[in-house]
Amino acid sequence: MIEFHLDAGSGVSPYMQLVRQVRHALRLDLLREGDQLPTVKDVVAQLAINPNTVLKAYRELEHEGLVAARPGVGTFVTRSLAGGSLAAHGPLRQDLRRWLAKARLAGLDDESIEALFMTTFRAAAQEDIA
Amino acid sequence: MTAVVRTEGLGRKYGRRWALRDCDLAIPAGRVVGLVGPNGAGKTTLLNMVVGQLAPSAGTIEVLGGRPASGPAQLAKVGFVAQDTPTYASLTVADHLRLGARLNPGWDAALARDRIERLGLDPARRAGRLSGGQRAQLALTLGIAKRPELLILDEPVAALDPLARREFLASLMEAVAEHSISVVLSSHLMSDLERVCDHLVVVVDSRVRVAGDVDDLLTAHHRLTGPRRDAARLPSGQHVVSASHTDRQSTFVVRTDGPIHDPAWTVGEVGLEDLVLAYMTPKTEDRPALEALR
Repeated sequence: MIEFHLDAGSGVSPYMQLVRQVRHALRLDLLREGDQLPTVKDVVAQLAINPNTVLKAYRELEHEGLVAARPGVGTFVTRSLAGGSLAAHGPLRQDLRRWLAKARLAGLDDESIEALFMTTFRAAAQEDIA
Repeated sequence: MTAVVRTEGLGRKYGRRWALRDCDLAIPAGRVVGLVGPNGAGKTTLLNMVVGQLAPSAGTIEVLGGRPASGPAQLAKVGFVAQDTPTYASLTVADHLRLGARLNPGWDAALARDRIERLGLDPARRAGRLSGGQRAQLALTLGIAKRPELLILDEPVAALDPLARREFLASLMEAVAEHSISVVLSSHLMSDLERVCDHLVVVVDSRVRVAGDVDDLLTAHHRLTGPRRDAARLPSGQHVVSASHTDRQSTFVVRTDGPIHDPAWTVGEVGLEDLVLAYMTPKTEDRPALEALR
């Protein structure tokens, strides 16, 4: 079972935060096929948020084929996102570490590194769309 | 669409002054509605007309298909927790529940008992000796246990500390999840409203400035930043909510249904709090006129 949290200052809507936290847990293998998500009532009681927000997040996850609702029982994970990609994490992380070391050597501070990564990431994502 | 509250040209006058005027609202069922605006804008006046404690001076109001407070059936459908969550200081918690049972035909005694027990309130304790958070929870229990279809709360959490506030809103949202009631609550605390509300009504200077589902409002509003420009020179589909200028730069919050194509603008999203503030802030162009009046 995962526990949700909300970051009020993030600018991301509460519903999207819930969706992302489930996807994140699936990718890191913290949630597996057959696991149950907290009931709407539990999430509402824990976070003091609108039940419709939780329903909307669960519907979105259902639409993506990641979970399925069993009426009267709860919402369950139907697919994992970890699988093959998890094995690739190790080598990729090593590459990234080497790159970070190079960036520091070139004199970039933490903020510059983050900014460089994010702008490159966004530019690449936009080229993919175009 | 079934509306829980529908008003047309609704207004209320105190002497010569309009506390609320020209109010047209259609609030859909099943929503948690946040009512926001500066003090004295007309929020409490609107809520008091919804519950029927105040008669309109103009226009019409329909609540759950009936006239507010028009009879026992109508009264049973609407719950009301007034400002500062009032309770009777010299009555005990148990007295309050007995009072609730006598006064409300649809009283859910099991629900009331269960809530009091879960909150850890001593039934023999007088309400005057409870903490602010506990008193608010007692008032909410009375409002929920009458099993209304619509629950109205006037600034229920204003006087509570952050923990009591969170617990109060969690209780309220649990009741919404369990009994699918519609809720209208007024508050100044935008961070709370962002969590709990899916519909927003902004009242400023006795008028409803904007109302709608939160998702729709967030998609329709944008912040435009760019070289200085007059608000009048924006396309007609872009309604200017707020504007501010420096000698070189202009910043607008606009409401529009269409996309924004003008490459001169940097377009940003507007969060719920900024959206409300944009409606509450007088446009800068208006300011010189106001200054001249003084």
